[in-house]
Parts: sequence; structure tokens; C-alpha cells
Amino acid sequence: MPVISYREALRAAMREELKRDEKVVIMGEEVAQFNGAYKVTEGLLKEFGPKRIVDTPISEAGFIGLGIGASMLGIRPVMELMFWSFSYVAFDQIVNNAGNIRYMSGGLINCPIVIRGPANGGTNVGATHSHTPEAILASHPGIKVVCPATPYDAKGLLKAAIRDNDPVYVMENTILYNDKGEVPDEDYIVPLGVADVKRVGTDLTIVAHGRAVITSLKAAEILEQEHGVSVEVVDLRSIRPLDEETILASVRKTHRALLVEENKPFCGVDAQVAYLIQSKAFDELDAPIHRVSSIDAPQIYCKRLEDQQLPDVNRVVREALKVLA
Amino acid sequence: MATPAVLTHPESLKRPAGPSEYAKHPVNTALSKKEKAALYTKMARIRHFEQRCIRIYQQGKIGGFLHLYVGQEAVAAGTISLLGKHDHLITGYRDHGHGLMVGMSMNECMAELTGKVTGCSQGKGGSMHYFAPDKNYWGGHGIVGGQAPLGTGLAYAVKYMGLKGSCLAYMGDGAVNQGAVHEAYNLAALWDLPIIFVVENNGYSMGTSQERSTAHPGCLAKRAEGYGMAWDVINGHDVYEVRAKTAEALKRAHEESKPTVLEIFTYRYYGHSMADPDKTYRDKEEIKEYRDQKDPVLLFEKELLAEKVLTAEQVQAINEAAMAEADEAAAFADASPDPTVADITKHIYWEEDNRGPKTTSRGTIIFE
Ligand SMILES: Cc1ncc(C[n+]2csc(CCOP(=O)(O)OP(=O)(O)O)c2C)c(N)n1
Ligand SMILES: [Mg+2]
Repeated sequence: MPVISYREALRAAMREELKRDEKVVIMGEEVAQFNGAYKVTEGLLKEFGPKRIVDTPISEAGFIGLGIGASMLGIRPVMELMFWSFSYVAFDQIVNNAGNIRYMSGGLINCPIVIRGPANGGTNVGATHSHTPEAILASHPGIKVVCPATPYDAKGLLKAAIRDNDPVYVMENTILYNDKGEVPDEDYIVPLGVADVKRVGTDLTIVAHGRAVITSLKAAEILEQEHGVSVEVVDLRSIRPLDEETILASVRKTHRALLVEENKPFCGVDAQVAYLIQSKAFDELDAPIHRVSSIDAPQIYCKRLEDQQLPDVNRVVREALKVLA
Repeated sequence: MATPAVLTHPESLKRPAGPSEYAKHPVNTALSKKEKAALYTKMARIRHFEQRCIRIYQQGKIGGFLHLYVGQEAVAAGTISLLGKHDHLITGYRDHGHGLMVGMSMNECMAELTGKVTGCSQGKGGSMHYFAPDKNYWGGHGIVGGQAPLGTGLAYAVKYMGLKGSCLAYMGDGAVNQGAVHEAYNLAALWDLPIIFVVENNGYSMGTSQERSTAHPGCLAKRAEGYGMAWDVINGHDVYEVRAKTAEALKRAHEESKPTVLEIFTYRYYGHSMADPDKTYRDKEEIKEYRDQKDPVLLFEKELLAEKVLTAEQVQAINEAAMAEADEAAAFADASPDPTVADITKHIYWEEDNRGPKTTSRGTIIFE
């Protein structure tokens, strides 16, 4: 199977969907002539031309709203946000319009729009450019949110998102863009709402999404090598819909849970997952649920400190040992 | 005050209201007697529907906000009467008039107001959120100015699909100060989109007069110049003038795929919403003057009587029929059932409502 980067996997997903459906349009700042701020859309303008690959002004409320309006009439826009942090100036469009119109119209209208782009800290760019709004957005019924951690999932989830008839927000991670992995050439999708057990284990379940999955897998390796503990890592992949069954099945097996995410602690995705476990598998637990999130402050600029603000391997190992104690 | 010395208002508004100067415009002479009578009927229906709503609101049957269109009928009537198969529209929360104009029934509109399952949105939208996509009507939006980018997207889609059509995106005089509106203006002009931004200038945004809210170069439409867009100002009390000038903008959209900003001067007779006691920001004399001198329904009525399109008896019959229709709609809404508790979690996701071989997503999407 070909080994390609997370970035190339995203691009492959868009290329294949652009070819499959002429209603698919790629839109965003610098996506066409500049080949993408992160080169995710590189070469697409050349291949598909300016009708399908559209550069927008720096006008998130305007162009995201335009995409949503176009989607109501059946266009399938895939909008790139240079950073999900910039979604905040388009919040009304993203939440009130894309998220509510189907409901408020009693099901008469749907918005098959995809908004994608990086949502991560860890890049030394300060607080305004480091937001991770997956929990904020997933708290709105009407919206779907996915967070791929690997190239395989990036391609499969983005293709599923583009074919989905509801608004799907794809949160990527600039630090993962160069990560490589096996990705089939052929057409496949990763359905929304299906978690993936990225590592099988018996003593502790770690639930994570996005780059926290990669961090957790590294921690699991250390826990096995140095502490003789067998850790199962569940990658949520999709935040809403949420694969509750896979989480619960793992906890029923290991009886211990650690939740890891790069969000800030207050009402993160882990809050929902912790509630789920205690409500549906309370009697299975041999220890309280623990979590590792980013240190609760706006994202710090200083790189040395930012690396510690985010969940790192050491912190995950330490917290895992507490759950196992 | 930032208001400029020279105001750019429609010429016809500077004179006392009389017979329409636009009756002879080809777009109006093209109307048959029957079509003119039908247009008048639609305006009268909006008027009586809205007035019936007041009573139902006062009976406590309509919750939330209720923004009435009374006084502004010629705007929706004039503009929408021109639209064809590929022309779309979208507006803010003062959306009943547009709904009735596109052909929504009084029943579904009234039932929506009282939150009934027979309402256009099955009781899920309310007064501010009417939708009829089968009639090219895309809402009904509660956030001031938030619909402007959506309308721009509808126009974009029309153009993308190679259709000869347009989108009319309506907003109030207060909405022009929203950033989203300016972003929409820029995109529409930049990408040559077939859109008409219709600013329904009724002089007030809630209790704030235009002078107190808006810096402008003589009129609100003129802001279009900043984006290189065409614009015009229209006397919104005269449905013939609305039609004549909107027709030009539509032609620009259809033939050249170019946007226009139209500012239509109008007036609302009731408070901003039923929650507004309407006591602090304008005096009763002003309202009376508009009602007596510039009422769009009465002016059109006079026009049609003079043209001998309608007789006084016919006018009376039309109004009585509209009142009876509104009464029936009220009874229909009364008799209709509420949505059920199970309905609360329907219509959130297309994929959930249409589970089948074509849907792929799984997992929990509605949480306990
Ligand atoms: C973003 C936003 N801010 C404030 C409001 C509350 N609000 C609703 S209507 C309105 C006045 C708008 O006036 P205008 O645009 O002139 O429209 P009109 O009501 O006169 O038709 C205000 C302040 C809102 N709905 N949305
Ligand atoms: Mg107003």
C-alpha cells in the first residue's frame, strides 16, 4: 500500500471527490494560486481550474456564509479555514446558519458543507492561532465534527464528510501534516461515528482524538516497555457522532480509563466521555477516571513552555500510572 | 451628526403622494388587469394576515417575537412579483410578507406562529424562521444581517449551475452596519454574482432612528459605490415604482450577472415587534402621516380604481375575503396539534432522518 503524508491524504480525498462529483468546490484563502497556506490543496487549481478551486478574500463570515448558502441549493463546498481559530469571526454562520437551518425549516433544507483546516496548538504561534474548538462546535446539535489523527483516517474521514448531507467540520493538525502512513489508492471512506482501537491492550483504556492519539500511542509504548502495562488506545476519530460502544467495550475489558486531549480542561470532549463511562459502565470501573488536557490558560507563546502546556508523553505516562495505582 | 447635508432620496418621495409616476413603465403596463388585481389581493392578504396576528398574539397564542410587516407590503409585493423560476430570496425575521408573496398559505404561516406541527416548519422555526425552499424562499433569519452571506451563496450557486437567475437578499436599515453584510457586498461585487441586496429602510432599527445608527453618504444604498456596485433608491410606498426599479436590477443580474443594492424607503406602522410599546422614539403624528398619506395598499387601491382595474365593490370583496382567509387560518392553527416530544429530536441531521443504504455515519449523535 502506498505510504503518503497526512497532507497528501487530505489532498487525495479532495481530488477524488472533485472528480466524482462536479458539485464539489474547494474554497478558501490561498487555496488556489498560492497552492494552499499549508500546501494541502497544492496542484488542485492546475488540475481542476478556477471554477472548482476558488481563492477567497480574507472574509470568513462572508465566504463561509456564502458556502453555506450555496450548499442549500445543492453545491457541495469544501471550505478551508487557514486556522480553525479564524472560525470565530464566522461563528454566526457556522453555528446559527449551518447548524440550525435544517431544524428551523422542519427538515426542508439541509446544508451539505464541509469546513476543514487545522485546529491545534503546539506551533509557537500564540493564543489567537491555537484554538481547538471541536468540543465547542460539537456541543451544537446539527453539527458534526471529526478529528483525524492518521493519514488513513484523514483521507477516509474527509471523503465521508464531503459525501455527508449535513455540515461536517474537519479539524486537522499542522503538526501531523507531514506524518506518513499507509493509505490505499482506491476509494474508501471512514464512516463518521466509528472509533478505532489503535492499540489493543488489557490493563488501561486511553481515549483520545487528534494528535493526542499519537502522544498516547507513544506513552502506551513506554508504559509497556518500562512498566509492563498493557494499554489500549481508542482513537475517537469522530467527536459527533460519537462511537460510545467502542469506548464502553474497551472500558469493560480494562476497567480503567484515562482521557487524553489537547483541549483545555473545562468542558472538553473528555467531559462528555467521562460522563458516558460513569453512566453506562460505572460498575466496571476499578479506579476513578483521570484525564490529561492542556494546562488551563490561553496558549502560551514560548515554545519550551507550550510543549509542556499540551499533553506530552511524560504527563500521559504519569497520569496513567496514577489510574493504575 | 454624521448625516450629510444632501440626502439621496427617491425623487417621487420628495413630492406629495399622487398617482404613480411608474404606472406607464413597461414592466407595469405589461400587467393584465387580472394580474394587477392579483397583486393588490396579495398586498391586502399580507395586511390582513398581519393584523389578525396581532389579535392572536394578544390572546397569548403566539410566543416569542412577532415582527409585523404592516406598512411595508409594497416592498415584498413589488419585488417578488417579478421573480421567475431561478430567482431566489432570503430575508431577516420580518418575513411573513415575503412568505405570503411566494405563495405560502396563511394556514401554514399562522400555524407556525402558534408553534403547531402543521406550520411551515412544523413548529420548529416560529415567526422569524419561515422557509419554503420549494418556492425558492430560503428564510426567515433571526440574526440581523446573517442572511446576507447566505443569499450571496444562493446567487453563487445559481451562477455555478449556469442558470439565468438571481437571489434577492433583504435586510433592514439597521442590518447594513453588520460586518457580514459588507463581506457579502464585497464577495458579490468581486465575483459578479447575480444578487440584489434589498435594504428595506423603514427608518428605524428597533428604537434607533437611522440618523442615530448609521453614517452614510446621503443614503444607505450609496455604500454600494465603495464596492463598485450599482445602486438605486426606491419609493417603497408605490408598488409600481418598486417593480420598475427592481426590474432593472433583475435585468442586471440576469443579463450581466452583476449585483445591485436597492434601498427601498418604507415605514412600519406597529412597534419593532409586539414587545415594543412604541412610545419612546417616534411620535404618533409621524405614524399617522404615513398611514394617511403614503399607505402602500391604499395608494395602489386608488391607482387601480382610477385605472378601472377594480371597482369599489371588488376592493371590498377582496379585503373581506382576505380577512375571512386570515380568520380561517387562525381557526386552523387553533385546531392543529402541537409537535410531539419525539419530534424535538427530528430534523437535526439529514443523515439521521434518512437512514438507509446511502447513509454511512454511525454512533451516537443525539445525546442523553
Ligand atoms: C446580531 C443581532 N443583533 C441584535 C439583534 C436584535 N434585533 C433584532 S431586529 C433589530 C433591529 C434591526 O433593524 P433593521 O435592520 O432596521 O430591520 P427592521 O426591524 O426595521 O425590519 C435588532 C437590534 C439581532 N436579532 N441580531
Ligand atoms: Mg429598520
